[in-house]
Amino acid sequence: MDENPDKKETKQLTGDEKSSASLLEKVKEGTTALKTRAIEEAKGYKDVQETQLWKSIFRVSHDRSDPRNRSLAVLSNVFLHLHPAKVNRDAVRYQYTWGMGGITFYLFIVLTFTGVLLMFYYHPTKVDAFRDILYLEHDVPFGKLLRNMHRWAAHLMVITTWLHMFRVVLTGSYKRPREFNWGVGVVLLVLTLLLSFTGYLLPDDQLGFWAVTVGTNMARATPMFGSEGPFGIQLGMTQYNDVRFGLLGGSIVDSNALLRSYIWHCIGIPLVASIFMAVHFWRIRKDGGISGPAPVMLESEMKAVKKK
Amino acid sequence: MAKLNLSKGKLITLGVLVLLVFFLLWAVQDWHQLWTISSAPDNIPIVAMLFLVPIFTWMGIRQSRANDRLIAQLETDPALAKTHHRKAEPWRPGWAREIHVWPYLVRIEFLVTVIVTVILFVWSILLNAPLEEPANPNLTMNPSKAPWYFLGLQEMLVYFDPWIAGVVMPSVIMIGLMVFPYVDSNPLGNGYYTLKQRRFAVGMFAWGFLMWILLIVIGTFIRGPGWIWFWPGQTWDHNAVVFDKNVDLHDWIATSAIGKTLHLGFLSTNPYKFIFGLLVVSGFYVLGALFFHWLMTVDFKKVSLRPFRWFPKDAFEQKLLARTSVLQYATFQFFAVSVLLAMPVKLILRLALTIKYVWVTPWFNI
Repeated sequence: MDENPDKKETKQLTGDEKSSASLLEKVKEGTTALKTRAIEEAKGYKDVQETQLWKSIFRVSHDRSDPRNRSLAVLSNVFLHLHPAKVNRDAVRYQYTWGMGGITFYLFIVLTFTGVLLMFYYHPTKVDAFRDILYLEHDVPFGKLLRNMHRWAAHLMVITTWLHMFRVVLTGSYKRPREFNWGVGVVLLVLTLLLSFTGYLLPDDQLGFWAVTVGTNMARATPMFGSEGPFGIQLGMTQYNDVRFGLLGGSIVDSNALLRSYIWHCIGIPLVASIFMAVHFWRIRKDGGISGPAPVMLESEMKAVKKK
Repeated sequence: MAKLNLSKGKLITLGVLVLLVFFLLWAVQDWHQLWTISSAPDNIPIVAMLFLVPIFTWMGIRQSRANDRLIAQLETDPALAKTHHRKAEPWRPGWAREIHVWPYLVRIEFLVTVIVTVILFVWSILLNAPLEEPANPNLTMNPSKAPWYFLGLQEMLVYFDPWIAGVVMPSVIMIGLMVFPYVDSNPLGNGYYTLKQRRFAVGMFAWGFLMWILLIVIGTFIRGPGWIWFWPGQTWDHNAVVFDKNVDLHDWIATSAIGKTLHLGFLSTNPYKFIFGLLVVSGFYVLGALFFHWLMTVDFKKVSLRPFRWFPKDAFEQKLLARTSVLQYATFQFFAVSVLLAMPVKLILRLALTIKYVWVTPWFNI
């Protein structure tokens, strides 16, 4: 609209009655025109996917009548682009993969989410840690549920990682060209166990304290780097400079150990694990997607070993 | 009345199961103790594993059998093998060979996340995460147990010194897992379930996996105060004392009746005990490697006692062995003997024969 009703209003004070009447008409006319135009435009917004906002977020407007454009939904989405646009129809059968790798990743996301929320209520100090857990359990809204979910998701993640590994062995999915990705998976398994273990100490209760005491006492016995391990003494290891001291930040499980396991648990290991996960997922795609279910191969079809 | 049609095998299985139930009812003296252990919130996952592992094993075996039947059929009929589909659940005309990830895979993923979330919510509402008294270095927990997934390592402490159980074994297991794909030279069974084509590789992994679960089960259900062996259903006695009369292998032999008559007393002194232990450990590696070699190549169907036939060769396994490089073979043998065999052998030596070390040196004991 090129006419501004407000400006007309101020001019109206200085002009005569006739012109003021015609101005009023003009304003009314303008308002109606504006209204019809707005209604017309609003009709265009009914289809959300045709709006500028939608297109700016999702980048591609899909022709929904063409099923081939479903590929674009996957290819143009940062979260879904881990997937290929199409998969073998048997590959989505639950019986083949058991879905364990995907569930493991989902549990990692759940753990990150609940873990971040828990961090809001937790101080990694000897004075506060145990009290914070009590506070979380009795005063924070849904605090108990939050802590329970974090704990059980962690336990479930260990189980699903093992079952994922078991499935990969049963289907021979670690074979060429996926040998390297299996190795990355083994590292991820170890990181999962370490994540669980470092979290064990954080409530600073008897359970965690003694579990970590038992666990880190084993580090004392590391060959060459532990004060009680083979060749440790010969190499000048004492309980104040060996590998256990490095893990605990001291010679006993105390405030430094609490801080160290907190940082490993919340920052260090998740960071490393994320990098390995990225490689793991990327390699699945690069190695040709999930391994099967592939057509069976016969013994009579085995090719002779290539001589270099 | 419907006629029950049970095969001989099923009847035997059923009979064994019934006997097992009766044995449990007879053997368990303290149900409350058993319940206390199994219902501890932190032990629920391992109880769940006792069900999950068999279920998924069954699921894998069922698909392996279907594939193995198909393979056997195609192997005997080369003409059919050229035209027949190669999957136990075949593609049918009219079906698309490939489907769109959106929505056919993404909707499954969404469904799975919803189900997992519901399971987590229900689990978290029903069971509280454990919280003990505040940490107190002056009051030792008894038994002081690691989280269940590390109980395998903690249980290993009984059989090996901490540097082996806590450091060397975990590292060797980790590296062993990583080299697994590189020592498996079998090109068959890539991307489908099969047991017949990969009996040795699957068997070796299952051996390790089940051993690991077994150690965890021992650590969870059997080890009580003082890490003493209490059978499931036995009351945990906090005042129980076990007189460990564990002896080293060289002493065991030197002081035995045979050892005395043969004047083997010198075995208890250095350097003989060092040499003796070295010989025992090397002998173990040689015998262990021979054992795995036998397991790898034997045709179990042809093994018989009369006529004496223990080493019949399996033609297919021989073919696979020919494809295996010396490096692959040696690497496999090292990890198999050091972990898969050493673990149960030391367990039996320690639990059944009360032997502490087989090799005693001034620097380390094994």
